[in-house]
Amino acid sequence: MKKLIMNVLLIPIFFVLQTAVFGRLSVVGVIPNLLIILVAVTGFMQGDKAALLVGFFIGLLADIFTFRILGLHALIFALIGFVTGQFHNTFYPEDFKLPLLVITGSDLSYSLLMYFFTYLFRAKFRFGFYFLNVSLPELAYTLLVALLLYPLFLLLYRFVIREKVNE
Amino acid sequence: MSPLVPRKKEKFSIPTKYYLLVVILVCMLLLLVTFLIDIPKTASNSVLGYTIVPMQKGVSSIGSYFVSRKEMLVQISTLQKENEDLKAQIDELNNENIQLKQEKFELVSLRELFELDAQYSDYKKTGARVIAGGTGNWFDSFVINKGSKDGIEPDMNVICGSGLCGRVVDVGPNWSRVMSIIDDTSNVSAMVLSTSDNLIVSGDLESMKENHIRFSDLYDEDNKVAVGDKVVTSNISDKFLPGILVGYISSIETDPNNLTKSGYITPVVDFHHLSEVLVITEKKQEISAKE
Repeated sequence: MKKLIMNVLLIPIFFVLQTAVFGRLSVVGVIPNLLIILVAVTGFMQGDKAALLVGFFIGLLADIFTFRILGLHALIFALIGFVTGQFHNTFYPEDFKLPLLVITGSDLSYSLLMYFFTYLFRAKFRFGFYFLNVSLPELAYTLLVALLLYPLFLLLYRFVIREKVNE
Repeated sequence: MSPLVPRKKEKFSIPTKYYLLVVILVCMLLLLVTFLIDIPKTASNSVLGYTIVPMQKGVSSIGSYFVSRKEMLVQISTLQKENEDLKAQIDELNNENIQLKQEKFELVSLRELFELDAQYSDYKKTGARVIAGGTGNWFDSFVINKGSKDGIEPDMNVICGSGLCGRVVDVGPNWSRVMSIIDDTSNVSAMVLSTSDNLIVSGDLESMKENHIRFSDLYDEDNKVAVGDKVVTSNISDKFLPGILVGYISSIETDPNNLTKSGYITPVVDFHHLSEVLVITEKKQEISAKE
């Protein structure tokens, strides 16, 4: 129950943070992707089912707000949530490497899928350019923000998520 | 746990793969439906208008604070030098201003003579504040704090400062989304002011990294169009009002077909630092219908 309330609150909070604060703080022309951080972290902290649903709803929000066609972000985020959920069993809060690796992987796959569906389909073939100028800077910025946010997630993990395990 | 202790009966739960299947199917359905038929998203837009947007409006002031701090850090070193340059420029401009005032006086009288309208300043406009940016780096749109309640409708033109910025594509009760002209899917029909030759201005993520916008399909058989020419929205565009400044031609070259030309435009709007915009509350279709 607590977890459910937390997730229901985290989705709008992260969405508002992304669009109203970080979405306007572009550095070298890119903005970080907080939504992917939330989905990935939910994945390895709470498992695939929670991350799948969190990904779906936050993706749907992104679709309504920034996209003409509904469902693309929802699908990509839900899939990423499901995949990151598979790391739930190998996750230890003391270990820093796995979360960063998982976030890196998620952000890269998001970039690749977005390029594939929205650029390649319109015959924009210079993948190398987009990778160097969009995906990589976005990844670096996202990882930086993730490092700053991660202690907060650990607090949530300790006080909200873990209780369920001890029962 | 000892086998003698009776175990709690396990709760029945649906395996995640079924959830996954349902979510994928729902997404596919949404994609198909919205791709094939352009259903208006009125319901979802108003739900967002009463939940997310008020939060964004509150938080965006924090966002603006950070944006201005960041700007300050970046600019402080360049400001001093700029200040000196500007002082020199003021003197220069003062001189120019006196000349221009005389010329303007002449222009006004001439305009009356020709009964020309200064169209651009005659459009009804309403100011709006940018409250949210995008969620990713692949598309370029932003959200403003006025919507259908304030009379905003899809396809209205948005200008920032002195130039064209984009057009409204999505409207909620108290917010609307503006697709900027540098978005990778945006195309604007424009013309070169000096020769009235039409061209297409296409937003392009690739060239925007160098602060340019691409243009193409310029048919200029007399080779009159040159670097530095003004580009404004054209009369034949069905979404954009005529005569709004887009930018200046920064490079131009002949296409391989030897008929048309293409190149790059330097936009007059600084798309990375938008905070206030003006929405023109007249639409091209309405104006042409009136006439």
